Amino acid sequence: MPKERKTIVVNPITRIEGHGKITVYLDESGNVDETRFHVTQFRGFEAFCKGRDFREMPVITPRICGICPVSHHLASAKACDAILGVTITPTAHKLRELMHMGQIVQSHALSFFHLSSPDLLFGFDADPAVRHVGGVARDFPELAKRGIFMRKFGQELIKTLGGKKVHPWHSIPGGVNRSIKVEERDLFLKGLPEQKEAIKATIELIRKYLEDNGEEAKKFASFESSYLGLVKGGKLELFDGDIRLRGPRGRITDEFPDVDYLDHIGEHVEPWSYLKFPFYRSLGFPQGSYRVGPLGRVNACDDFATPEASKELKRFRELGEDGIVHYTMYTHYARLMETLYALERMEELLLDEDITGSDLRVSSKGLQPEGIGVIEAPRGTLIHHYQVDEVGSVKAVNLIVATGHNNYAMNKGVEMVAKEFIHGADVKEGALNRMEHVIRCYDPCLSCSTHAVGKMPLKVSIVDVEGREIREILKG
Amino acid sequence: MSKPKVATVWLEACAGCHMSFLDIDERIVDLLDKVELTSCPITDIKEIPKVTVGVISGALGNDEEVHIARDIREKCDILIAWGDCAVMGGINAMRNFMKPEEALEVGYKDTLSTVNPDGVIPGEDLPKLLPMAIPIDDEVKVDVYIPGCPPDADTILYVFQEILEGRIPTVPVDMMRYD
Repeated sequence: MPKERKTIVVNPITRIEGHGKITVYLDESGNVDETRFHVTQFRGFEAFCKGRDFREMPVITPRICGICPVSHHLASAKACDAILGVTITPTAHKLRELMHMGQIVQSHALSFFHLSSPDLLFGFDADPAVRHVGGVARDFPELAKRGIFMRKFGQELIKTLGGKKVHPWHSIPGGVNRSIKVEERDLFLKGLPEQKEAIKATIELIRKYLEDNGEEAKKFASFESSYLGLVKGGKLELFDGDIRLRGPRGRITDEFPDVDYLDHIGEHVEPWSYLKFPFYRSLGFPQGSYRVGPLGRVNACDDFATPEASKELKRFRELGEDGIVHYTMYTHYARLMETLYALERMEELLLDEDITGSDLRVSSKGLQPEGIGVIEAPRGTLIHHYQVDEVGSVKAVNLIVATGHNNYAMNKGVEMVAKEFIHGADVKEGALNRMEHVIRCYDPCLSCSTHAVGKMPLKVSIVDVEGREIREILKG
Repeated sequence: MSKPKVATVWLEACAGCHMSFLDIDERIVDLLDKVELTSCPITDIKEIPKVTVGVISGALGNDEEVHIARDIREKCDILIAWGDCAVMGGINAMRNFMKPEEALEVGYKDTLSTVNPDGVIPGEDLPKLLPMAIPIDDEVKVDVYIPGCPPDADTILYVFQEILEGRIPTVPVDMMRYD
């Protein structure tokens, strides 16, 4: 770290999932020189899973993250299917996707209602004592209830299939361990219309917010970038598809089978963060950085496969240029659209006659040396890759988690906001919160990103040219 | 009587315990009426104030986490170790069979997609790993243990209700789970 600059540190960053801090380096004239978003934990999953039986992985890896455990559970199970060398039954495939839709709904609801809505409802400069979900429950009880029940709907579906809401156990190598009963199916079908109405009302709410905050919302940490996500026949896909990278002007840069990820994606290491920086190999780092997650997926795909989400996407695209929406704040909108899609897809799956089938598992004739499982977690593309020996003992694990892909974008976004709102030692609380909100837009799951590690406090320390701390601000 | 204050932290953990807390769903509105939630991952209050109840989820895996655990212990009357990681070290303890340096080497050098020609191992401005991931009570005194990965939402609610009634809770056997 160069000595000739002052430093501001934001630590912990709250209302995001995990552990991290922001450092702002000032130059001699007190302007922002550089910012760094550090992820401050390392747990070591890639190391300590070595030597385990691969069949344990769908139970071990969800503990990477309690917010999207189902993503890890399913990506892991897919990698294990590949090691078994099997294709699972239609019923098992659809039950897994059903559970995944439950998770998209619960996780997106959490992200929007519990974590991000306080900033949107109270404003970035509001008192931290009310600017949280408790404040929302008090001042906007209907909206808070809507969020609570939407999340509950997704969580109940997960529990029905997997026995628990957090860290369920449903997928096994070669299939699933439980079917869905007809009466359970009917119960969820009955609850769906209410959730669809709720999400549509919330989409109108975010549209209005973005309209009312026109230029500020558009400008907020926005920049042109490439976007990456899974597609199936060009349509947005959350469960099982090919990886597509679309360039900033809308041209498709590349599209390849998920199992070929290693040929196209590398991860760069910086000494100041436990979170690696994935990039598109042909372009190198940082030019090959891209964004994932709701905004990444809706920009990467041609369309949604379900009617109402597809209609909404057309309205959404009118707000960008060349059909691409680069505005970071519009990630909230994309997230709500995806929630609508997940509810529609849930309905399709529940109405599919295979879903109540009893053919749940296939057996294997022998083990393959490696397996790769890729899925769209709520926050972006998640990759599990295992290599095993002849008895199935894990030799190597490689994990690229959703939030990792956005690491560069989060850093860049924080820097843009810092340059606009911080001059010298004069830092307003709202400025710090805006920096945090950039990170909240990406809804990073830092527990994931650090499969490795996890946490986000916010402390700003300002360090002078000599490297001495001259002031410390604690947020809140 | 003023509402009891609560602070929660999440250390070497996956957030699942906090998610389970949110899984008390609509009952949370009522609970938030009876207690004052201060510093917590879902609020923006960064500094832990003096509180009646401190809750730690997660194990201790680095020096910063030890510091936070001591801080919350000093500021609370009743300290709860919440979930398997806090109670026993949990999944994090799987790394205790190797040195932290070995785990870092695997994560940042050996992994298949890592492109790291200079062999950079993160550590600049970052907390230092402890030799092992350890349970909370290796460092601070714990008053209430709630195992589970994660504990059920109902169990969490029960514990808060007991505290609101002025009792130090002991989790009934039928509410205990270790998965």
